Amino acid sequence: MVKQEQEIASRPDNTAFTQQRLPAWQPMLSAGIVIPGFVLIGLAFIGIGVALFVTSQSITVMELDYTGVERTSPCFRCSDPNVKNCVCQLDFSIASLFKGPVFFYYGLTNYFQNYRRYGVSKDDDQLSGDLDSFTSPSDTCSPYEYDSNNKPIVPCGSVANSMFNDTFKLYQIVNGTKKQVPFDGKGIAWWTDYNVKYRNPSVTPLRDAFNGTVKPLFWPRPAYELDPSDPANNGFINQDFLVWMRRAALPDFRKLYRRITEGDYAQGLPAGNYSLEIAYNYPVLSFDGRKKVVLSNVSWMGGKNEFLGIAYLVIGSLCIVMSIIMLIVYAKFKFPEEE
Amino acid sequence: MTWRSPLALLRDALRGQRAREKELRNLVSNLPYEGLEKGKQPNRHFPGNAIKTTKYTLLLFIPMNLFEQFHRLANIYFVGLAILNFVPVVNAFQPEVALIPICIIMALTALKDAWEDFRRYQSDRKLNNTPCLIYSRKEKQFMERRWKDVRVGDFVKVFCNEIVPADLLLLHTSDPNGVCHIETANLDGETNLKQRRAMSGLCISDPEFKPESFDSLVVCERPNNNLNHFKCYAEKPDKEKVGAGIESLLLRGCTVRNTDTAVGFVVYAGHETKSMLNNNGPRYKRSKLERKLNIDVIFCVILLFAMCLVGSLGHFVWLQKQPGVPPYLVADSNGHLDSPGLSAFYMFFTMIILLQVLIPISLYVSIELVKIGQIFFIANDIDLYDEETDSRVQCKALNITEDLGQIEYIFSDKTGTLTENKMVFRRCSIMGTEYAHKENAVRLAVLEEPEESEEDVIFNQQPRPPKTGWSLDSEDANPEETQHHHCSRRKSKVAGNAQSDVAFSSPLETEVIPDRKLLQQISRAESSSGRSGSREMDPYLEFFLALAICNTVVVSMATAQRRRMSVFSRSHQASNPPDTLPNLAKMSGSLRRFITSWQRKPKRNRIFSEDSVIEEDHFNPPVKTEGSGAISGLQTCSLHAPSQDGKPATTSDNLSYEAESPDEAALVYAAKAYGFTLMGRTPNSVTVSLPSGKELVFEVLDTLAFDSVRKRMSILVRHPITKEYVLYSKGADYAIMELLGTPYAEHLCGKQKSIAADTQRHLDCYAREGLRTLCFTKKVVSEKEYESWSVNRQRALAAMENREELTMDTAVQLETNLSLLGATGIEDRLQEGVPDTIVALREAGIQVWVLTGDKPETAVNIGYACRLLEEEDLVINMSCKNTLACTSILDCALEEVRRYSNDPRNVDTTPDISLVIDGRTLTMALSSDLQERFVDLAKHCRTVLCCRVTPLQKSRVVKVVREKLKVMTLAIGDGANDVNMIQAADIGIGISGQEGMQAVMASDFAISHFKHLKKLLLVHGHWCYTRLANMIIYFFYKNVAYVNLLFWYQFFCGFSGTAMIDYWLMIFFNLFFTSVPPIMFGIMDKDISAEMLLGVPELYRMGQGAGEYNFKTFWISMLDAFYQSLVCFFIPYIAYRDSDIDVFTFGTPLNTISLFTILLHLSIEIKAWTVVHWVIILGSVAIFFIVTLAYSGTCITCNPPSNPYWILQTQMADPMFYLICVITTVVALLPRYIFHVLRNSIAPSPLVQARHLDKLDPSTRNQWIKEWRSFRGGGQGKRSGLSTPPSPTLEMPVEILPQSPTASDITGDEFTLNVITENYQRPLHT
Repeated sequence: MVKQEQEIASRPDNTAFTQQRLPAWQPMLSAGIVIPGFVLIGLAFIGIGVALFVTSQSITVMELDYTGVERTSPCFRCSDPNVKNCVCQLDFSIASLFKGPVFFYYGLTNYFQNYRRYGVSKDDDQLSGDLDSFTSPSDTCSPYEYDSNNKPIVPCGSVANSMFNDTFKLYQIVNGTKKQVPFDGKGIAWWTDYNVKYRNPSVTPLRDAFNGTVKPLFWPRPAYELDPSDPANNGFINQDFLVWMRRAALPDFRKLYRRITEGDYAQGLPAGNYSLEIAYNYPVLSFDGRKKVVLSNVSWMGGKNEFLGIAYLVIGSLCIVMSIIMLIVYAKFKFPEEE
Repeated sequence: MTWRSPLALLRDALRGQRAREKELRNLVSNLPYEGLEKGKQPNRHFPGNAIKTTKYTLLLFIPMNLFEQFHRLANIYFVGLAILNFVPVVNAFQPEVALIPICIIMALTALKDAWEDFRRYQSDRKLNNTPCLIYSRKEKQFMERRWKDVRVGDFVKVFCNEIVPADLLLLHTSDPNGVCHIETANLDGETNLKQRRAMSGLCISDPEFKPESFDSLVVCERPNNNLNHFKCYAEKPDKEKVGAGIESLLLRGCTVRNTDTAVGFVVYAGHETKSMLNNNGPRYKRSKLERKLNIDVIFCVILLFAMCLVGSLGHFVWLQKQPGVPPYLVADSNGHLDSPGLSAFYMFFTMIILLQVLIPISLYVSIELVKIGQIFFIANDIDLYDEETDSRVQCKALNITEDLGQIEYIFSDKTGTLTENKMVFRRCSIMGTEYAHKENAVRLAVLEEPEESEEDVIFNQQPRPPKTGWSLDSEDANPEETQHHHCSRRKSKVAGNAQSDVAFSSPLETEVIPDRKLLQQISRAESSSGRSGSREMDPYLEFFLALAICNTVVVSMATAQRRRMSVFSRSHQASNPPDTLPNLAKMSGSLRRFITSWQRKPKRNRIFSEDSVIEEDHFNPPVKTEGSGAISGLQTCSLHAPSQDGKPATTSDNLSYEAESPDEAALVYAAKAYGFTLMGRTPNSVTVSLPSGKELVFEVLDTLAFDSVRKRMSILVRHPITKEYVLYSKGADYAIMELLGTPYAEHLCGKQKSIAADTQRHLDCYAREGLRTLCFTKKVVSEKEYESWSVNRQRALAAMENREELTMDTAVQLETNLSLLGATGIEDRLQEGVPDTIVALREAGIQVWVLTGDKPETAVNIGYACRLLEEEDLVINMSCKNTLACTSILDCALEEVRRYSNDPRNVDTTPDISLVIDGRTLTMALSSDLQERFVDLAKHCRTVLCCRVTPLQKSRVVKVVREKLKVMTLAIGDGANDVNMIQAADIGIGISGQEGMQAVMASDFAISHFKHLKKLLLVHGHWCYTRLANMIIYFFYKNVAYVNLLFWYQFFCGFSGTAMIDYWLMIFFNLFFTSVPPIMFGIMDKDISAEMLLGVPELYRMGQGAGEYNFKTFWISMLDAFYQSLVCFFIPYIAYRDSDIDVFTFGTPLNTISLFTILLHLSIEIKAWTVVHWVIILGSVAIFFIVTLAYSGTCITCNPPSNPYWILQTQMADPMFYLICVITTVVALLPRYIFHVLRNSIAPSPLVQARHLDKLDPSTRNQWIKEWRSFRGGGQGKRSGLSTPPSPTLEMPVEILPQSPTASDITGDEFTLNVITENYQRPLHT
């Protein structure tokens, strides 16, 4: 009947949703209930913490500072900005086998690769091989967009311009002779950077693509000649360039330089004396930074990281302590449900 | 269309402007100009009848809406920020991206506005296209047009029950007296009929009304919004002026009743009509929470600026410390660097851009969404749905839901709010004999039972009439006749039920079961007076005559009854009216009339079908009774028709009474029950049918209308048989008793002297029962006396000055030496559940004030009945006549109250203090110098009853309390007189019940019963408030926690404004990943079940005052946000320190950790997890990963400098990522978690305890609540309001009223004061 329809026209639906009676789980946070949770989390964290700590302990790290600000440093001579093409040599010894594979890093401190305007100063299109951007780089690259002759700089921008250019050679001193430790420079950059993000223009030979452009001001060689030893490792997909372009998050950072995975050193660096030959080019005095070389082996959790293991242990223990406190609280302030 | 020069157009426009603004308007009929172009129309300057209430137009929507939105300060701020992005020196990465959030938010708001405006547009269109009849000269008749076509100067015809389309000057009605009844319920909420009179003599109206003949000039005042005032005159061509006022104006929006047709001349149309001028549109109320929220937003702005300043200074120091020009410092294109100072200055703005999210941009729109959701749930609450009227709770104010949870003071109207405003005749006392009407009481009790059983029970319980007893044509009574009466009675009950939406016509009010004793008394008196033919009427008969005559009740006909479709839905299928027609044709002599009436009502007649079925059920022969039933159901009652074949009762059942006050209607119905039926009333005569069936037409000589000074009304009639001049008066007992002369008809009974005393005793008894009492008297006026009085009266009426005083004096002159007939007790029944609700509200810590226009006695009685006052209460009664006295009384009372509450002996047994104050005293108490003291006193009182207050005073009380005490107030009322109060309070609630729409229109929420207030406040108020408060706190927390990550990073990037999180992901984070959960939290979280909140009203107190959203909770959550952001930043920082991690790879775990922390934080806060909660929380996490993975998977070189390509994928392949995420989230949330756990265990708040109880199974919980109640001594056992006898101990200490109107100014007040203190100490002794 019409009337009946009218009658119930505005009657609200009597559903669990509209009447706000949906079945609900109502967790009550009180001491008694959370004890098992705390114990469980505590135990799990302590377990993880122990695992992390043990793993971290098994990782060896060796840091060699070669900034050369101290007079005693073998690189003191090179730290003078006026000295060009300076090479210095750093000797060190390893007491026991440095288990491989060993990763060879260079490290900088107080270097703000995350500086806002520095980070913007590049041209992604150019770096992905867009030839149009070769002739007219993005204005984000300013002031490293054009040189004084108004020729476009490729790769443009501050990030590329300031690329780290010290080079290292590692020798083991075996019976007084230097035996070069072979470096593996492949695959030190991100796979996606090498294969997807950065591309050389599809021009052969590569140097033709760079006609009419100039190299970045600080660079000794143009981009297509970055690695004279390996023609495939040039241009924008040069591994060292890729590593540098991935800007470090924090002012004290290290970047992977090479891996030691080959020949006699595949199992690691045996005990003995070593000599590190450094082509000292990169100035650090302007930002009061330090340069160092880091040798490290890695585990499933990456490099050495004692903090995380300790943090897990501490928090795990804290949870256990909390569960004891909760037990006391529970005994003392039990909610009188039965009253 | 002829061309007109622009100059002419301009001149015309100016002239129109002038014409509209003139004090007086000259209007002429449009008819002579019909068909002419617009420029020649005389009334073209006045607006047409089309209305437009929309804010926007289609074309200008965007600019206008933007303009509207920029009124909100927050929006300007956000747009300012967006513009700042485009300033080159601040080095924003992608200025366009910064516009996205503000654009989305403004678009959402615009969408909402557009939708609202569209709804307004639809309703406008519907109204504008309503058909109406306009006279056309060409067609020589009224043509159907639409409302929007009506113009000033048109003639409009309105039929019965139609709505008047514009303000019409009434020129003609179908009524021979030129009377038209209108109902103004749409305008002022009054449902009684008002009479309007046609202006006569302006048109030819014989034999047919001819608008063409209208050749006068109508001069009327400029439109104004006063509904009760209108001035105009019509100037005929011969310069004769005929004046008219509001009594000739039909207002737009009114409904024509009881009048077949009415024709009027349009004086105001469209937006100039009085009803539109009164329609001010919705007000924007700002909730208390929102006011506090704005303060906290300002705190956030200060915080933001502080952080930016830190960033800027940090940048300066950092630059200063650089020993040289490092390779990572980028010079500008000219190759030189800005000075550190300038860089730092720019950096400040860069920081603002970076950290702008600290000010929650989406907070405002989220709050609006949450409120829409909350309103959805309130409106959908089935407990707040009223079956009878098929109405839900209406939420008219969209933005103050949470205020419902913070109410501290309730101001309530009495009549119609606490009570039903349905007056029911309960008892009477005639000549000193009390007639208790027990059967009637039984019936009333039964009527309270649920609907289904209602009818049967009533008729089973109905006593068989004594013999053929009260069937008043008893001479030739036979069983069939008796049955007739039965069925007709029954029918009228059903009919009454069918129109239950109409005031004063429910069976409760219209049906009175006569007292058996009294019935016998009457029939005896009737027969004796009939036999003796004595000129002296029996006092019993006189009493009922007075009941029937002495009033201003208007009789309306059955056909014109306002009838809605029946709620009663039995037996639709059982009868088939067409089949019964042939039978009827055989049966009834009144067939013709029946058919005509049938045709007039093309709709299927409900009454008819009901009737036949019922009769088939119970009676035989069905055909016969059916026929007569049909007649009784359908015949139009012609007032002047001679009584029908000895069946007056059947005829009279079609009458329906329209009274200005429900009391009068109740009395008339009572008289009718005893056979004294008011048949009709014209200005000059009253027709009453007597029990014998005889109809008497009394000539009305004068009506001495009711006024508040005399407190009585009288009617002077000439008895048609005895030709005596008789004055019947009725009035308040104290107003009548002092005017009594010798008791009436002394010779008839021996206890003459005690009649007055007995009656007084009965009256006292009635008053104690909470009944409204009235006394009835009669006075026979000699012809000579009348003549001389009449002269005086005419003189008084003709007086130009002091007319009111003079007429009142003449009334007083005549009203002397009255003889008491008897008294009546009328009950204004309390609404269902009122005492229960009031007790609950009081337990919830809400002070309930009742503001009523009634006298103190009634108010106090109601107060006891609805448990506002308890018997052990201390009641302070304040009434005084001058300010001085008022001051001293206030001081004295204050001192007493203080002493009383400080008295250590009273710690446990302190009865609560209540204050009763009357209107005049209130005026003085609210004057600026006494305000403070009054409010101070009121603060100590649990209940305040303000009696005899005017609407204006009501709102004044609300305002004073609200402003002085800084509390949240709520006003609830149902009538037009409550509108001021409703608008003055923080929350206004209208009751959509008996009194139409005025209060509802002005209200923020409209409910149908007072009892709904309980759930609305205790449950929805609590929920809305806690939900919103928690959501807002959470919102602030969320933004601060997230933005601080960026801030901490500044310490490691040379304060250069670097973000380590991709800009798009940051926007998505706020817009998609974490926006829905808090909104859902704000709409759906349920900390405590409704049952618990209703069972333990004390829980409401948590929201009062500052509530959960206060300074402390805000800053605690801020601190927590800082702590969490520190943890979320520094744990990953330490973990990744000295590694080869790059900027955005570092940012990814931070972003993920933030998401988990923020969502799990919310999870700690969520009190009840429903499916929706799970879906939304888990869905948000899923969306985060899906969107981020998809974005990282596709964005290769986009969005520099971040290039998020494959970053999350790389991270998710790294176990460190998970290890860091887990420990950081745990460390971030541990303190809050432990804090919650410990607080809940060591010092659980009442809310937590309630939640514990809530988890018990329902029966245990109810048991617990019950025990707890009884422990507290709350008398929840005696719930039913009527079963609680009002306190008999209360004595009204002072007679507040002046005994005579002249004595009012001079009487001293010390007496009052003494009595008050005396009264005051009374409870101390007991």
